[in-house]
Amino acid sequence: MMNISTSNISLVSTELNARGIKMDRIDALPVTKGTTLVKRGFAHMQKHGVIMDVTNVEQAQIAEDAGAVAVMVLDKLPYDVRKAGGVARTASIKVIEEIRDHVTIPIMAKCRIGHTEEARVLEAVGVDMIDESEVLTPADEERHIWKWDFTTPFVNGARNLGEALRRVEEGASMIRTKGEPGTGNVAEAIKHIRIVNSEIRRIKAVYEDGDMQELIRAARELRVSYAYVLETARLGRLPVVNFAAGGITTPADAAMLMSLGCDGVFVGSGIFKSQDPMERARAIVIATSYWDDPKVVMEAQRMIDEGKSMLGMDVKTLELRMQERGSEA
Amino acid sequence: MGIKIGVLALQGDVEENVNATREALRSLKLDDGDVVQVKYPEHIGGIDGLIIPGGESTVIGTLAMLNGSLKVIRERISAGMPVLGTCAGMIVLAKRAYDRVVGETRQQLLNLLDVTVERNAFGRQIDSFEADLSIKVIGDKPFKGVFIRAPVVKSVGSNVDVLARLDDSSNKIVAVQQGNIIGTSFHPELSGDTRLHEYFIRLVKEYKKK
Repeated sequence: MMNISTSNISLVSTELNARGIKMDRIDALPVTKGTTLVKRGFAHMQKHGVIMDVTNVEQAQIAEDAGAVAVMVLDKLPYDVRKAGGVARTASIKVIEEIRDHVTIPIMAKCRIGHTEEARVLEAVGVDMIDESEVLTPADEERHIWKWDFTTPFVNGARNLGEALRRVEEGASMIRTKGEPGTGNVAEAIKHIRIVNSEIRRIKAVYEDGDMQELIRAARELRVSYAYVLETARLGRLPVVNFAAGGITTPADAAMLMSLGCDGVFVGSGIFKSQDPMERARAIVIATSYWDDPKVVMEAQRMIDEGKSMLGMDVKTLELRMQERGSEA
Repeated sequence: MGIKIGVLALQGDVEENVNATREALRSLKLDDGDVVQVKYPEHIGGIDGLIIPGGESTVIGTLAMLNGSLKVIRERISAGMPVLGTCAGMIVLAKRAYDRVVGETRQQLLNLLDVTVERNAFGRQIDSFEADLSIKVIGDKPFKGVFIRAPVVKSVGSNVDVLARLDDSSNKIVAVQQGNIIGTSFHPELSGDTRLHEYFIRLVKEYKKK
């Protein structure tokens, strides 16, 4: 079935006995659901857009009106998760359902790392994409979810190329390079996308030299199958859509991450922990689309008031570093 | 001078449509044809055909309205410039659109294609699918339709031709043409088959000749 070739969506080494693929009929027509093309394709439709964290219907509608491409439903914004401490779990089903029935854009929700059954619940409630997220307390320190078993696509966080490709190998349809969630500080997000970019540049150079032995050595170092390293080296980018996340607070933050080659951005606490969420949400949407036009980014930046930005935290003094969760697996 | 096709580059699968159009130009041997990303009103004046890509129709509509592109696009299409809208692009072209669950919304539409579109008509992402379609105007070989949270055309005006239904017995219309305007529920840019983009390019060539 996967004999198609398209230059537009990478279908590298997909579907290891994928149980997420479902044959069905609509009217009389046989259709196939949950294919890699359809799952990664969903992420491609989000490109150049902003995905916003929300905790209730009101916030979700503000996000939709401002031009969010999707909303991410949480029980608490990452900033509040950090403050509250304790175990962070997936959002209340009632809240997810209510938001699902009041916005027309896709909804996403987070499940705990390795918590397959929490993810099953989210799939059953009909979220459009599941985020296996380090913002919540990990449920399995050794293993992430085997995402090929799901018809719903997943997004996973990563701090470097090895982590990103291991998640894709497990079936993730989209990557977000991690920042440090809930801090209002974009420094970690920038650091990690730069790491991913320089690792890709390295294997791309090796590929272009035709040094396949060195490429296999790179695969061993990254602890990922050769096919994924080869595909990434050939493409010169991750084989799935890659958004930036963690600490984005201003339009210029979003433009900065787009300039580093991200396909779009997630904004967590930055919007609804500010005192001007409506203006800020729209301003970040505009800056993400027009990131390479400083005049437009300036106009977007003018829409917000720095006095109303969330205060933010220095990442060096944090006790809880969410980004490290699940990184070694 | 060759034809110049613009892909509206505000949000969505812009690069995928640029690539598909490039491949279609190659397969038609139109070596002097050009594909560019457009996002400003002044860029839209200089193209011979426009593709509005897949993405979120609410976002593309809002961004196009904010910088005045929507108005210029509407004027150029009304004056005969060919346009292809895939998925979200078709919704933006439509006269009427509503969501299957939420109903009517205040989203920005171009109000040109005389159809009523139901958004998310097949359900949520879990119901997104691939299927082989029969599209007569591009030949007998089935076309792989990639439907992602796809809309469906519920009703068409008398000036609109139905290019494809989900299957011949189905009431679900998935591709339409109204003169210079083509809309599809699915994503031809993702199918690895350039025939639909070629069909559009032929319209652009005709328009350019005039």
